[in-house]
Amino acid sequence: MISRPKFMIDSQRISNRIRLNNALNYLFSLSTVFSILVLGVLLYQVGLDSMGWLDGQFLTSNLSIFPEKAGIYGAIIGTILMMLIVIPVTIILGVSTAIYLEEYAQKGRLQYLINVNISNLASVPSVIFGLLGLTVFGRLMNLGSSILAGGLTMSLLVLPIVVVAAQEAIRAVPDFLREASYAMGADKWTTVRKVILPVAIPGILTGTILAMSRAIGETAPLVVLGIPTLIMRIPTSVMDDFTVLPIQIYYWTLDAVLKPEYANLAAATIVVLLVILFLMNSVAVIIRNKFQQRF
Amino acid sequence: MEDTQVRDKIRNNSAQKKHISDKVMPNFFLLMASLSVLTTLGIVIILVTDASKFFSAVPLTEVFSTELAPLRKDPSFGILPLISGTIITTLIAMLVAVPVGLAAAIYLSQFASDKLRRVFKPMMEVLAGIPTIVYGFFAYSFVTPLLMKIIPSLQAKNALSPGLVMGIMIIPMVASLSEDAMNSVPEIIREGSLGLGATKLETAFKVIIPGAISGIMASIVLALSRAIGETMIVTIASGSSKNFTLDITQSMQTMTAYIVEFTSGDAGSGTLGYYSLYAVGLILFIFTLGINLLAQYISRKYREVY
Repeated sequence: MISRPKFMIDSQRISNRIRLNNALNYLFSLSTVFSILVLGVLLYQVGLDSMGWLDGQFLTSNLSIFPEKAGIYGAIIGTILMMLIVIPVTIILGVSTAIYLEEYAQKGRLQYLINVNISNLASVPSVIFGLLGLTVFGRLMNLGSSILAGGLTMSLLVLPIVVVAAQEAIRAVPDFLREASYAMGADKWTTVRKVILPVAIPGILTGTILAMSRAIGETAPLVVLGIPTLIMRIPTSVMDDFTVLPIQIYYWTLDAVLKPEYANLAAATIVVLLVILFLMNSVAVIIRNKFQQRF
Repeated sequence: MEDTQVRDKIRNNSAQKKHISDKVMPNFFLLMASLSVLTTLGIVIILVTDASKFFSAVPLTEVFSTELAPLRKDPSFGILPLISGTIITTLIAMLVAVPVGLAAAIYLSQFASDKLRRVFKPMMEVLAGIPTIVYGFFAYSFVTPLLMKIIPSLQAKNALSPGLVMGIMIIPMVASLSEDAMNSVPEIIREGSLGLGATKLETAFKVIIPGAISGIMASIVLALSRAIGETMIVTIASGSSKNFTLDITQSMQTMTAYIVEFTSGDAGSGTLGYYSLYAVGLILFIFTLGINLLAQYISRKYREVY
């Protein structure tokens, strides 16, 4: 009989190590599955609560004291009007800032300062933007809780997202394109406008859409701005008071203590909000995949 | 070096036939870029001026007391209940988010196959993109009733349920940032460890995590700041009682929820209650700014490693 080689004596230890490895592999995978599972439960619960409440009437009617007749038409219009301010303001501010930082700024103090400032701004809690909006737009500029005040507040909140995305997109434009443009005798602005921006647009667009979906879902700054509880009148201009989908969800969730039906209304509004966000994100992914240029 | 010289020459050449746009545009872009700095300055100025009106009117002994009743006829402004509420909900959130998030990060970066990773990662991104108001609704209408079956003494508004849900909300952030940090540990090191006969688990704990520790720490610190600044979940699900207590089954108020509650109520401009908003806002801003700077410092150190 051949004697077992000495190193095989440790086989017990090795199998223990492997067993531990497998056990924790299982545990870690459970952790991952857990977070996905929560997403499933959340969607299922919201879907269940909204059952029977989400219909054409809900989308096209205004608020009502009777839950059965209440709808989110006002909130949809309010969301659209607010985005009509947020979109141009953030694109102009965000893309300009990115162009300045990437193309014009000299490497130095100022560029560093603006960059650090933007990354810090990105992590300032959104309620604080609400206080900024309340003070500057609401009181100092006398815009109250109008669509204009809300839109401007939201624009500042999501600005860092657009700037960072646009910076990355512009940085990804290869240098030889710039050099080719200069070699043809083009000046800097022409190069930016005709060479860099067209190449960077898919990246900028993707980032902008993500920023917009953040703006559509954000609640706290608008509540701080003092968006009123009940808007019975549909807003027609940017100076009107307004409400948006998340605010509607907020008040209906609070009201659910009084009448359980309000929870159903909140859930139905959540479904609408999530569908909008899902569609926006899909568009962002499609743009990213379709226009991704490789050099 | 050479190509910058060429570019400089080209630039100088084209400077001779400069258009007006080349003089206007840089200044325009600089103006737009400085608006973001102005936003930060605006935040600081507003918070400091209005908070100083509060601090000059309320003695510090009262500020650091445990009684908060801003709307009473004889109001008192102790902020300790808000600070304790914030710390407790944040702590609960971190107890959920850090272990689960790190476990998910280790699983995704070390154990999962490419195929599984491609399924899980986008799902986590979806989780991260859900508005916080939706999580607030979820905490109030699903998690709280569920917890009530387990803990009968739980109040309808409490600190536990929003804390747990906030933790779930932050999991994707911890997971994806930590996973990025783990993935940036060079593959050679990982293969070296596996080649020596270490199991994947041993490689993860003895090689990858020590190598990625700064990135992981930064992700945790960022998550902390996110939890402190989170507003809608706590506003909806933890109520508005200004309790100075450690009992997580009770209703509590956080700094963010106080700001929301007080502005949506009718705090007349110019009253002490109105200025207390800015005082709380200033404290919140200092908290989160400090934590963010710490996170940036940690991750800057980390970049030097490889």
